[in-house]
Amino acid sequence: MITTTKQLLAISSAALLLSASACKPKNAATAVSSDAASKAYVAPGKYDEFYNFVSGGFSGQLSVYGLPSGRLLRVIPVFSVDPEKGWGYSEETKPMLNTTHGNVPWDDLHHVELSQTNGEIDGRWVFVNANNTPRVARVDLKTFRTAEIIELPNSAGNHSSPFITENTEYVIAGTRFSVPPDDVNGDVPINTYKKNFKGYISFIGVDKTSGKMDIAFQIECPAINFDLSHTGKGPSSGWFFFSCYNTEQANTLLEVNASQRDKDFIMAVNWKKAEEYLKAGKGKKIPAKYVHNTYDDKTHSSISEMKNEVTVLSAKDLKDICYFIPCPKSPHGCDVDPTGEYIVGSGKLAALIPVFSFSKIQSAIAGKQFDGEYDGIPVIKYDAALYGEVQKPGLGPLHTEFDGKGNAITSMFVSSELVKWNIKDLKVIDRVPTYYSVGHLCIPGGDTKKPNAKYVIAYNKITKDRYLPTGPELAQSAQLYDITGDKMQLILDYPTIGEPHYAQAVSADLIKGNSVKFFKIEENANPYATKGEGNTKVVREGNKVHIYMTCIRSHFTPDNIEGIKVGDEVYFHVTNLEQDWDIPHGFAIKGANNAELLIMPGETQTLKWVAEKSGIWPFYCTDFCSALHQEMQGYLRVSPVGSNVPLTYSTGKNLPPADSTK
Amino acid sequence: MKKTFVYVAFSVALLAAACGGNNQSASKDNTAASDEKKASENPSYDPKRGEGKFTHVDVAATLDPKMADEGEKVYQLKCSSCHKTTDEKLVGPGWKAVTSRHTAEWIMNFVTNTDEMLNKDPKAQAQLEICLVRMPNQNLSDDDARHVYEFMRKNDGVK
Repeated sequence: MITTTKQLLAISSAALLLSASACKPKNAATAVSSDAASKAYVAPGKYDEFYNFVSGGFSGQLSVYGLPSGRLLRVIPVFSVDPEKGWGYSEETKPMLNTTHGNVPWDDLHHVELSQTNGEIDGRWVFVNANNTPRVARVDLKTFRTAEIIELPNSAGNHSSPFITENTEYVIAGTRFSVPPDDVNGDVPINTYKKNFKGYISFIGVDKTSGKMDIAFQIECPAINFDLSHTGKGPSSGWFFFSCYNTEQANTLLEVNASQRDKDFIMAVNWKKAEEYLKAGKGKKIPAKYVHNTYDDKTHSSISEMKNEVTVLSAKDLKDICYFIPCPKSPHGCDVDPTGEYIVGSGKLAALIPVFSFSKIQSAIAGKQFDGEYDGIPVIKYDAALYGEVQKPGLGPLHTEFDGKGNAITSMFVSSELVKWNIKDLKVIDRVPTYYSVGHLCIPGGDTKKPNAKYVIAYNKITKDRYLPTGPELAQSAQLYDITGDKMQLILDYPTIGEPHYAQAVSADLIKGNSVKFFKIEENANPYATKGEGNTKVVREGNKVHIYMTCIRSHFTPDNIEGIKVGDEVYFHVTNLEQDWDIPHGFAIKGANNAELLIMPGETQTLKWVAEKSGIWPFYCTDFCSALHQEMQGYLRVSPVGSNVPLTYSTGKNLPPADSTK
Repeated sequence: MKKTFVYVAFSVALLAAACGGNNQSASKDNTAASDEKKASENPSYDPKRGEGKFTHVDVAATLDPKMADEGEKVYQLKCSSCHKTTDEKLVGPGWKAVTSRHTAEWIMNFVTNTDEMLNKDPKAQAQLEICLVRMPNQNLSDDDARHVYEFMRKNDGVK
């Protein structure tokens, strides 16, 4: 079904391209001009100018590219296990993937938001969402690792997430699916949607210094679908804007039933007002279970805590927090320009792009220019909020980013193009094809007060014929365009992991200098750390055996271990004693049902391994570390239950000399 | 026409790259050559002192036992994996008599400026040819380096 839809879209977009006027290039080759290669070229050994953080879609991970080269620098594991880095396999990282539903090993990561101070990217953290089992994660840009994951109660399909306020006061997450709240019996007929279902948006507080997240409050809204959102800024500081669809409140065949009304809504939320109500005690504490997982760079391990309560503000009861603004038709992107005055709603089924004015919205609210209410929420008159409409921009507008020079660029899914238009006069200035069916787009800082508009990147849904075929599933793809001139110019295609949704890009200067090179061994507070080879040991506690092991170029200590019995749970607590950049060691033991470890310098990581049968079990280092890496190995001897082989361990000794013929 | 342009652009890029590459490797060779010169001929390079921040270390005639104890802690954490305190070679050379083989300055520069010394210093390079594992830079602080040196003195019998 999905394939069929995709094929249809591909065919229709191809047809559109063919039938389009002569100003469009006839094929991909003519769209690329001769200096494209040099513009995307970064010489070997040279750094890229930008980091590009790209959502990994259904891979559940976050990828990091360098721009303009499009070179993949790293895949940061977030919501899915990652054998390459031991994420979700090592004992230290397992709690990070814990949820109220137990371990969730694979999720769907859609959106990416870099932390901001005063409306500008500050390079400290990047926030990402888990779409399926609703969660928000914070990735620390000193280590390029997931530092924290928080689950969201009363939510399902965490799509309108994570978007942040101007000073990262809050990470905002709106639910896509409305569902019965967690504290009531959800065992109700599905067609009682209007009566029993609710839509919740979460405001996650972020500690200014540590970045630690905690749900400050949720706003209970009518049962509709929340799609995307963005913060106000400048004059619209203190406000947040959400695109809403399915205002028909359909609970089946949404493709048809949620596309009935001419207009859905942009919801404007006065979160400063919500804060006041919260302080005044207008919030209601309701039972709600959600987990909060944190990773600590000192203990090199994570903990998962269960939370039991959340504070909820009712949009219906507290009249002046939320307002609906009619927006044609099934709006997807909801984007605020760098000045904070203009809010762009991209109605994906509309043949125009409405641009709303924040100052007009304020006058409309003050003058009560309402068109009645929707489920208790005032609806502002369309014309009273509208600045103007971009006419015939293209087909299927989805997302808009800004260049900071008074222009907006909108992605057109159905007509496969990027369209640049002027915010003041709403005239289309330029358009350029994408290959094919562009979804998200990204300008470095393109949703902040200060875009750095050298490039725009298109993240495409279909790549048919762009790369060598690889069976039924093809390379996912991004396309890089130079936007420094009058015409947007395609300069590079580069493949991405998963299916890319939102992405953000930032000048490398803001981040590269803060990168941690290794963890100080003196500060390692893992309870199973071994600080120095002299402290290595093997400790039996019943059928659990803890091996306190060290590694350094190029040996493990101990590397000969005997006295393990069948059925023992063996914990390899491996400490990497190196204190130098780029010297991780790996650890793998034959028959591990788990995975392998990758241990950064100064870090301790633990692999659980169950001794299944007697014999000799070799282990070795999996990360090439020195000229004698191939010598970095050891043996573990497993004996039957009840055998009298004593527990011994050593490195560099051959005790007892049992193979002596003397 | 367009193809020609592409070709020209490419060849220019290639030329530029080639020039850049040549220049870089040439300058690197120059540096290496001049370093060798430095090491062997240039009187400003002192092979007894090595390369690094330590130019003169005050060493008393008698041992500072407190410093030596601190040094032993660093040894246990960061050095003992590869160095024995006897004259036996493990991954790296044993430490017995190391304080008579090298000056305090050379040792402290080597343990804090490991990579540069391994690239330049004749004695360090000779040792690398024997061990074949580049000594890891274990990021010792200046104090750590001094303490480890004192522990080496203790190990060599200084009272």
